[in-house]
Order: sequence, then structure tokens, then C-alpha cells
Amino acid sequence: MRLQINKLFLALSILSALIGLGFLGWILVTLFIKGVSSLHLTLFLNDLVDGGLRNLIVGQLVLALLAALIGIPLGMIAGIYIREYGHGKYANLIRDLSDIMVSAPSIVIGAFVYSFAVAPFGGANGFAGIIALSIMMIPIIINTTDSMLSLVPKELREAGMALGASKYRVILDVVIKAAKVGIMTGVLLAFARIAGETAPLLFTSETSNYFNLDLTESFPSLTVSIYNLANEPEKSSRDLAWAASFILTVMVLLINLAGRYLTRNKK
Amino acid sequence: MEKLFQKISLSSATLVLVLLLGIFTTLFISAKPAVEAFGLQFITDQRWNQEIPLIESSDTVIEDSDDAIIADEDDEDMILDEDDEEDAATKTVFGGLVPIIGTLLSTLIALLFAMPIAMGIAVFLAEIASKNISKFVGMAIELLAAIPSIIFGMWGLYYFAPLIADTFGGYQVSLLTAGLVLGVMILPFMAAVTRDSMNTTPDVLKESAYALGATKFEVVKDIIFPYSKTGIIGSIILALGRALGETMAVAFLIGAVYSLPDKITDPTISIPVAMAVNFGEASGLGESALFYLGLILFVMSFAVISFAKFYFLKRGNA
Repeated sequence: MRLQINKLFLALSILSALIGLGFLGWILVTLFIKGVSSLHLTLFLNDLVDGGLRNLIVGQLVLALLAALIGIPLGMIAGIYIREYGHGKYANLIRDLSDIMVSAPSIVIGAFVYSFAVAPFGGANGFAGIIALSIMMIPIIINTTDSMLSLVPKELREAGMALGASKYRVILDVVIKAAKVGIMTGVLLAFARIAGETAPLLFTSETSNYFNLDLTESFPSLTVSIYNLANEPEKSSRDLAWAASFILTVMVLLINLAGRYLTRNKK
Repeated sequence: MEKLFQKISLSSATLVLVLLLGIFTTLFISAKPAVEAFGLQFITDQRWNQEIPLIESSDTVIEDSDDAIIADEDDEDMILDEDDEEDAATKTVFGGLVPIIGTLLSTLIALLFAMPIAMGIAVFLAEIASKNISKFVGMAIELLAAIPSIIFGMWGLYYFAPLIADTFGGYQVSLLTAGLVLGVMILPFMAAVTRDSMNTTPDVLKESAYALGATKFEVVKDIIFPYSKTGIIGSIILALGRALGETMAVAFLIGAVYSLPDKITDPTISIPVAMAVNFGEASGLGESALFYLGLILFVMSFAVISFAKFYFLKRGNA
């Protein structure tokens, strides 16, 4: 009896793993079949207004990159504070709050940014999208930096100090260097996450059918356009949405895998 | 220089606090007209964007509110007619009950669906699979977590929902399909965190149990689960907190209709979806009501996540 229960238990557990893998496979295969069949070279050369995706891909990357440009340094420095400088309650409070912020509903962040960066200026703009994405990114970077710095042995810091280096020199030249790979991985994973975000962009930068690099106007976004295209009745729009989804997923998963590849030997 | 660096790092850290307080205050300020107009009754009122005559007492309104949603268009027409004839004053009422219920129910369905599978995957990864298989499957599950939510929505709408609708009947866009796709979405996160909790069980404990002749099931049931219980419960609640605020996967599937579902296969709406769908066209009181919903959502997920973090996932054991 015990052994039968055990067998049943093992079977159920393996079945769960297969279900999990099954969903991943199902989604990826669907994406691949639908995506590849609607993929043409012309998609990369034309803008959405001519039935292509060029402006959207460029727009999404520009938004994510500029958000990363704000989010990474701020997040890293804040992470350095709570691990290296902060002591006691305040650092712990910030750590806990940023932990919570990681799981905060992204649509609410969009609404928040809307009320101070869109509404007063009369319309969607690229800056608002960048702000929303960087707000999403900062807490993730803080958490990564914090936990990666915690892995750096205390002796390294002491050795640096003993050489007479000031604390910030030790942090920048010794501690960060030691944690470099881990932080890079965290940064890439965070970047992959915000690059695929839709909800914070819906009413901040919206999207645009035209090629546009002017951040004061509504800014082309791959994800928001997927949402719009998928809800349109024409088959051509939906095919375009599938192609865009495929490109987005490949982009996000490649960045994600690149991040994991960096730390492949460390775990 | 040292001082400067310290100051900069302190202010960046403070930015988190400022952002959080900023979100709360901004949402509250933007929601204020709606808060003042509807008060806390907003939470229990199921009418959304309905015009009612100003003079009418609230009792009669509640009486016909059951049919109000189905008869939505007729009602409006009637009221419009009245407007023309008597020039009666009307006001528009917004209530958050439907999106709130929709959010809770879809999250519940997601949780019920994802929890057993996530537990199974976690046990598989932590205890059953060999190291290499565990690494490979673990990675695959984490990749599933990395797929953007809008992709889950597309896939759910065109492939998963038809299957569910064929099996269970009802509409393709419904509470059920939205909840299940949400479940698929939180599955990898839940599995990964649960696995990490299970992995904190000391090997000595497990080995002692095996040495006494315990089967794998008994080890998991009597050793690993009691040991990592708080961590597991914490990660489930954390996943719940994330599911509450998920927008895009649900937006494709829930139907975005302001009506309470009679059956699980009926379409309805959730708070994030209400915001995503209606924000663009909303203005004035409508926009303010959406901010009110956003505030409720933010408070809900903040409470759930901090409960999970502080009660179950105390630092050091998670």
C-alpha cells in the first residue's frame, strides 16, 4: 500500500512536470508556426502604416534601452546603499519596499505615470513610457545588486580598506568587480522583462503607426501594437500580431538566455 | 567624494520610498472626485457608467440594479428620452463591485489550477529528477516565466480558450478561460519559488528518513513539507499577489463586460482590464473612478504581497 501510494505520488509529480513542459512547448510551437508563416523580410523594412513592423521593433528597443539607462544606474546605486552603507532599519525598509515593488501591478504604475507625465502635457509621449518602464526596472535591479553584493566575501572589502582605499573606491573597484557577472545577469533578466512589458505603456507612450524617434509624441511600441492588432477582425492584422509576437518572444528569450549563459558555471 | 557618493546612494535608495508614496498619493489625488462622489459604497456597487435620475431615491435603484446591466442600453435610452421631455437632472454612477469580484475570482481560479501542478513540478525538481534533468526542466520552467504576458494572452485567446470552451461549454472569453490562462502564467513562478523553499530542507533530515525506510512520498509529506511549509505558503501568496495585478493575459480573455458572472463560463471584467480597456476613452468622473479602482488594486496587492513577505517569507529562510 505504501509503495503504491508512493508510485502514484511519483507519477503525479512527473505528470505535473510534463504539463508544465507541455504548456511551454505548446506556446512556443504555436508561436513558431504562426510567427514563421507570417514572417517576411519586408516586415523589417516597412513601418506599421505599410504593413511592416520596423518602427515598432525599433521603438520598443529604444524605450527599453532608455529605461535601462535610467533604471540600471539608479537601481545599482540604491542596491549599493542598502548593502554597503545602510545599516539597521532604514536599509531594511528600503529592501522590503523594493521587494514589494517588484510585484506591484504594472498597470497601476502606468496610471501613476499617466497622471504626472501624460495628463498635464495633453497626450501620450515617449518620455512617459520610459519613466514607467524604469520604475518597473529599478526595484528589480536593487534586489539583484543587493543579493549579488551579499555574496562578495567580507575579506575582499577589508583587504581593500587595508590598502588605504576609501570606501567608495573599494566598492567601485573591488566589490562591484567581484559581483560583476551576477549583476550583469540580473541586469539582462530585468531588461528582458521590461522589454516585453505592455501594461505600463498602454496609456503612457501608447503606440504609433509611423517611424518616430521624437520622445515628445506617442511612441511606437511592439507590445502595445500586438494588443491592438490582435483585437482587430482582419486576418492580416492578426497575422501581423503573430509575427510581432514571435519576434518579441525570440528577442526576450535570447536576452534572458544570454543572461543565464553568463552565470552558467556559477550554480 | 566619499561623502558625495554616500549621499547619491542614499538618495537613490530613498527614491524607492518616494516612488511608493508617490504612487499612493497620486492615485489618491486622481481618485479623489470618485472617492468623494461614491465613498466606500463604490466597493459594493455593481453599476458602472450608468446614468440615473438625481432625485430618485437609492432604494428603487437597488431594486432594478439586477437587470440594469443586461438592460443597459434600454435604460440609457429611456433616461435620454426623459432628459428630452422633462430635462430631469441625471448623474452617472460608477461602482467597482464587478471588477473587484472579477479580479478575485479569476485569481482564485488561477490559484486552484496552478497550485497542485506547481507543487508537483517543485517536488519533481527538488526530489525526483536527477541533477541534469532537474536543471534542464527547471530552466525550461523559468523560460516559461520569462515569456511576456501579452503572448500568453494571444495564445490563450486563439488556442487555449477554444479548447476550454469546447470542453466546458460557454463562451470563449470568460472568467474560466481568463483564470486558467492566468494560472498557466503564474505556474512557473510558483513552481520555482516552491522548489527553492523545498531545497532548504537539510539533507540530513531527508537521509535519516530514507534510512528508516520511508518512501519518497513519506519524505515529502512528513519531512520536506513540514520543514518548508511557511516558505511554500509564502510563495503561493506571493504568486497570488502577482496574479491580482496581471493585465495583458487577462485582457484578451475575460471579455471586458461589466456584469457579474452567473456561471464560471460567463464573461466579466477585472480591475487591471477595466483600466486597460476604459482608460483611453474615460474622462472626468469616469477616469477618476478608474483611478479609484487602481488604488484598490494597489492596496490589495500591496497587502497580499507584504503579508506573504513578512509573515511567511522572513528574510533568511527564503
